[in-house]
Amino acid sequence: MSDATDTGPVLAADGTPLKRSLARALRAQKMRALALIAPLLIFVLLTFIAPIADMLFRSVENQIVSETLPKTVVALKDWDAKTGEAPPEAVYAALAADLQVAVAAKEHTKVGIRLNYQKTGVSSLFRKSGRQVKKWDLAADAPFKEKFLDVDEDWADVELWQIIQTYSSKYTSGYFLNSVDMELGPDGIRPVDENLAIYNLLFKRTIFMSLAIMGSCVLLGYPIAFLLANLPLRTSNLLMILVLLPFWTSLLVRTSAWKVLLQQQGVINDILVWIGLVADNDRLVMINNQFGTIVAMTHILLPFMILPLYSVMKTIPPTYVRAAKSLGATNWTAFWRVYFPQSVPGIGAGCILVFILAIGYYITPELVGGTDGTFISNRIAYHISRSGNWGLGAALGTILLAAVLILYWVYDKIVGIDNVSLG
Amino acid sequence: MTAASDDGFVVFDRVQKSYDGEVLVVKDLNLSIGKGEFLTMLGPSGSGKTTCLMMLAGFETATHGDILLDGQPINNIPPHKRGIGMVFQNYALFPHMTIAENLAFPLEVRKMGKDDREAKVRRALEMVEMGDFGGRRPAQLSGGQQQRVALARALVFEPELVLMDEPLGALDKQLREKMQFEIKHIADNLGITVVYVTHDQTEALTMSDRVAVFEDGRIQQLAPPDELYEAPKNSFVAQFIGENNTLEGVVEEIKDGVALVNLDGGGLIDAKPVNVTKAGERTKVSIRPERVEYNKDRLHADAHTLQAEVMEFIYMGDIFRTRLKVAGNDEFIIKTRNAPDQRRLKPGEMIEIGWLAEDCRALDA
Repeated sequence: MSDATDTGPVLAADGTPLKRSLARALRAQKMRALALIAPLLIFVLLTFIAPIADMLFRSVENQIVSETLPKTVVALKDWDAKTGEAPPEAVYAALAADLQVAVAAKEHTKVGIRLNYQKTGVSSLFRKSGRQVKKWDLAADAPFKEKFLDVDEDWADVELWQIIQTYSSKYTSGYFLNSVDMELGPDGIRPVDENLAIYNLLFKRTIFMSLAIMGSCVLLGYPIAFLLANLPLRTSNLLMILVLLPFWTSLLVRTSAWKVLLQQQGVINDILVWIGLVADNDRLVMINNQFGTIVAMTHILLPFMILPLYSVMKTIPPTYVRAAKSLGATNWTAFWRVYFPQSVPGIGAGCILVFILAIGYYITPELVGGTDGTFISNRIAYHISRSGNWGLGAALGTILLAAVLILYWVYDKIVGIDNVSLG
Repeated sequence: MTAASDDGFVVFDRVQKSYDGEVLVVKDLNLSIGKGEFLTMLGPSGSGKTTCLMMLAGFETATHGDILLDGQPINNIPPHKRGIGMVFQNYALFPHMTIAENLAFPLEVRKMGKDDREAKVRRALEMVEMGDFGGRRPAQLSGGQQQRVALARALVFEPELVLMDEPLGALDKQLREKMQFEIKHIADNLGITVVYVTHDQTEALTMSDRVAVFEDGRIQQLAPPDELYEAPKNSFVAQFIGENNTLEGVVEEIKDGVALVNLDGGGLIDAKPVNVTKAGERTKVSIRPERVEYNKDRLHADAHTLQAEVMEFIYMGDIFRTRLKVAGNDEFIIKTRNAPDQRRLKPGEMIEIGWLAEDCRALDA
């Protein structure tokens, strides 16, 4: 090694630098490896990476306003919303021209829907105006300001124009601001109306509930994994099957089972009433709330905690605990001072796995979460499939992804990802 | 050699052990170990020696019988209250603690003050010549160093009895030999009682005051090393300890403490009757390779001799190892010292071999 630094690069027998000739020798091997993974790589790129990148891009994309209303956007540039007056005639003329083109291309409703995310009512305003503008003669019918106001009084609303101005740029931070209950106002960023604020609460709730699920998984999973790792093989195999059986059962079936168990006329309440712990008219509410979500998700995610824990515990030789006992440690001290520290990488692996799975969970909170047990993912699904506000959904998703990556990074800094063993 | 007074510091009294209720892995074990004695349990794997050690440490319970420590039955005392030091085969140093923390552990659980603890840890590390390694982790040490630390950890809380379960098994040969002497010296200096388990007979012979040879859940012979080697009580011990030549035959007659054995492969030899009592019995005759003589001048005039064909000559440096064909047995080994006047035998050569009757033991068939 040292002679390489003293006398320049090491040379191969034919005089070429050793590194280059090694690289040449390995190239064929690398090409073959690449060819072997190519089908999967292409498949993943096309069906997974590309759609995700596209969705993430939508969280900042905002070309629709400037593309559909190009003249209006230019005319609005000089208008100052702070004066409190509606824009001058030139802006209305530009809008009329833009709308005629847009109506012909049936694009005007899309702009309406986009702007409707920022202010309700804009969508119908555009649709209504579109029908009228179609009939106007751009050369003869000026001035257009009165004509627009005839169609709808709202065209004089300063706030509407201010929104069009704010969202006229090609890219916007608006979706991300909305994701954290903020919006772009005339004076810059401001919090949204308190009645509309929802996302901060949802993010906090998602993180809190994921932590609660993770915690209960550790508490329930650790003793099971310990048993699995320390019982004789035949017994532990049976126990392992009992752990894996629910793991192989459909998620929907298990979630529905919890519905049956937890509902007010359900099995658990029936038993509690029967043994007299709970009055019949005062049955416990255990579903369609946070409790129900935590119970059902803990059950569903438990194997993801047990399996890494088990694989780590399996590698801890029983002699360590024996050694501790022979040195005078009680059973508890031997466990706590010697066994537990060595099982920490398993806890780390299980926690990171359960937390990341929980934070993005959708089906179970949707089915048993009610109103206060839903996660941020349920809101994302709502925006993607029902409200149609893909930009906001994408922004929420991006934040969620970033949060997971940051947590992963923090975890790596604290625990070290090399200490995590997934089996 | 310590005064191995046989006052029964550790006593196994009719101890039996079964794991499945069908097979006894330890059958009726009676053993008394004196204070300060270095006793080795030697035997092939599965002979029950480790089970005995684990019962003594408290990790296994005896199915029947009593184990006494200093006169007290310890069957119902949990391992952590027995105060027995133990060195494990894979050292079992706690990987998440430093060396000093490993050594402080037994003192900590005994609620010893910090200053006392540090002084004792330092002294124990110096005893095994590892004084500078207190801050390291076990993974940063070599096998030999880990072994020393494991030894220091088992001794740091000053137990009177220390158990060692094949502690040198993972070391290379040279280091193993060095450690054998070190362990022996430390044990002697501290005057502790050691029960040592190994399957390596050289280790057992070098270190022990007495060796208990285990086979099939029983002690086959319990004796000091020299006696074990030179006077094995049965053919298992003869085979297991050291290298051994075996010839089978029938006792022709026993006279004046010498048995005349008619070998199956032809030939008559003299032997010392150990497990044979009368003529007509089958026997396995055992002779150590270094006690075989082919220089006729050194034999008794009336000694019986056998014809042997040299099969193979191996030069091993300090000794010559020659394989012979004797009375139909072509695995007959003789060892001779590499001396200037020593003759080097050639394959194919025919020689005449003999031995002293007391070196040749007629054992059970």
